[in-house]
Amino acid sequence: MSQDSILKVDNLVMHFGGIKALNDVNFEIKRGSVSALIGPNGAGKTTVFNCLTGFYKATGGNIMLDACGKTTSVIQVLGEPFQASDFLNPVAFAKRLKYKMFGGSHLVNRAGLSRTFQNIRLFKEMSVVENLLVAQHMRANRSLIAGILNTKAYKKSEEEALERAFYWLGVVDLKDFANRLAGELSYGQQRRLEIARAMCTNPEIVCLDEPAAGLNPSETEALTKMIRVLRDQHNTTVLLIEHDMGMVMNISDYIVVLDHGEVIAKGGPEDIKSNPKVIAAYLGAEEGEEVTL
Amino acid sequence: MDIILQQLVNGLSLGSVYGLIAIGYTMVYGIIGMINFAHGDVYMVSAYVTAIAIALLSFFGIESFPVVILGTLIFTIFVTGVYGWVIERVAYRPLRGSSRLSILISAIGMSLILQNYVQISQGAKQQGVPTLLSGAIRFDVGDGFVQLTYMKLFILCASFIGMGVLTYIIQKTKLGRMCRATQQDPKMASILGIDTDKIISTVFVIGATMAALAGVLVTLDYGGFDFYVGFIIGIKAFTAAVLGGIGSLPGAMLGGIILGLSEALFAGLISSDYKDVFSFSLLVIILIFRPSGLLGKPEVEKV
Repeated sequence: MSQDSILKVDNLVMHFGGIKALNDVNFEIKRGSVSALIGPNGAGKTTVFNCLTGFYKATGGNIMLDACGKTTSVIQVLGEPFQASDFLNPVAFAKRLKYKMFGGSHLVNRAGLSRTFQNIRLFKEMSVVENLLVAQHMRANRSLIAGILNTKAYKKSEEEALERAFYWLGVVDLKDFANRLAGELSYGQQRRLEIARAMCTNPEIVCLDEPAAGLNPSETEALTKMIRVLRDQHNTTVLLIEHDMGMVMNISDYIVVLDHGEVIAKGGPEDIKSNPKVIAAYLGAEEGEEVTL
Repeated sequence: MDIILQQLVNGLSLGSVYGLIAIGYTMVYGIIGMINFAHGDVYMVSAYVTAIAIALLSFFGIESFPVVILGTLIFTIFVTGVYGWVIERVAYRPLRGSSRLSILISAIGMSLILQNYVQISQGAKQQGVPTLLSGAIRFDVGDGFVQLTYMKLFILCASFIGMGVLTYIIQKTKLGRMCRATQQDPKMASILGIDTDKIISTVFVIGATMAALAGVLVTLDYGGFDFYVGFIIGIKAFTAAVLGGIGSLPGAMLGGIILGLSEALFAGLISSDYKDVFSFSLLVIILIFRPSGLLGKPEVEKV
């Protein structure tokens, strides 16, 4: 993996029974970029996200995440089945056993990747600020005894967590709603809260699944600004799925186009706009038809 | 009048014990949606551990009540907590993701295993512990009196402290936040870096410690127990959990206390033979009017 790429997906394959949702997907995301994953409905964009974040265990291929000072293989930490060669190599065996017993999608997040969902998945019965505090548990003093006795170190770590939570509430403009239940917020506010929650886990790369879906133009404008803030002020790499082409072309440095589980094009916005394969995928290949994206 | 007051006192202490055990049912149901039928037997195990702890302490010549009770509590809670952890690890975790029915069968199997294992290792005879705390406070009421034994008083204090500490942990601490997050959306919690398997284990351990607290208190109060003692009290506690709204922590405590009170009042005023019939009828009546229990939230079909 080259030095400046944070995420590298090689030959990613995902089958659901006989359905090949993803078929040999390859791409690479540069550190500090805003990249977009686009494609017509059913192209497999969300499936790619689910594989990246450990929500699904990919059928085959390799996902390497180079964040937090180490390289993590996303598929490995989810716990793979044993292979014949493991029984000859005790180190490989021990590693696989460890991830089989203690592995899981929480390790992907701890390796520096976090995400949001297309259909919002907030903890609706917790308050807005609690949603953000839950996401920060890895950094804090977690001892239960310290919690019950309310020790100084515990209080301090709680205060820091609260401060960070309010900082992110400020960024997404939800400070006034801190003590409301997350389920009571409006749709656009819930979307922003989900982004704040993803950022509270301190990721190096954040995957946003259709962040602008259901937002009005001015909200989309604000979202675009926010994504730039994430990249420029927090050195976070952003990977997003989006159908709003205006927004995608506006903020992305790099675009990957999927269709029928395969990458049909990748490159900068200008290349993608004029790529005939992309136009065909979006509008159906009609001879001699004038199309613009 | 004095009978009513006396039965209120008895019912309150009985109810708080039901509440403690019901917490184990309701928390496990809340987090993985299964009924842990082995929970009553965890309570039974804790009764035996209590006896062992008291025997051990007296073997070392420790007699003073506060030391014995504290030692017994710590020992029993620790050992029973380990049981809770092992049960989850052995019987339920391998079945995570399979159908609810297979986990349910596994729970019934675990319950039988625990009963038979205790029967073989400890004998089928009824066992007992000596009375540690005797004496009572009497209040004169009209012609008669109401008697509150020190042990009942101790049960009330200890179980309310236990419930209070647990409520604090769930509502205020980081661990509690992680538990609530896992309960609402386990997959999402895991995406946020929470080790959900560990949280589920923790919930089982919490349930077992509450059952252990109840086990110590009841064993010290009644004195006698056998390997089958977990069954009926487990069913009662489960009833309490359903009554209060399964999945809801305050619901379990409230359900336990309502069940204990109504049972004791019915036994004192009408007939003690039919008290179980009455408590289950009460459950049926409440479920007719509030199908999700007193404090439970109605299940909304997700769209």
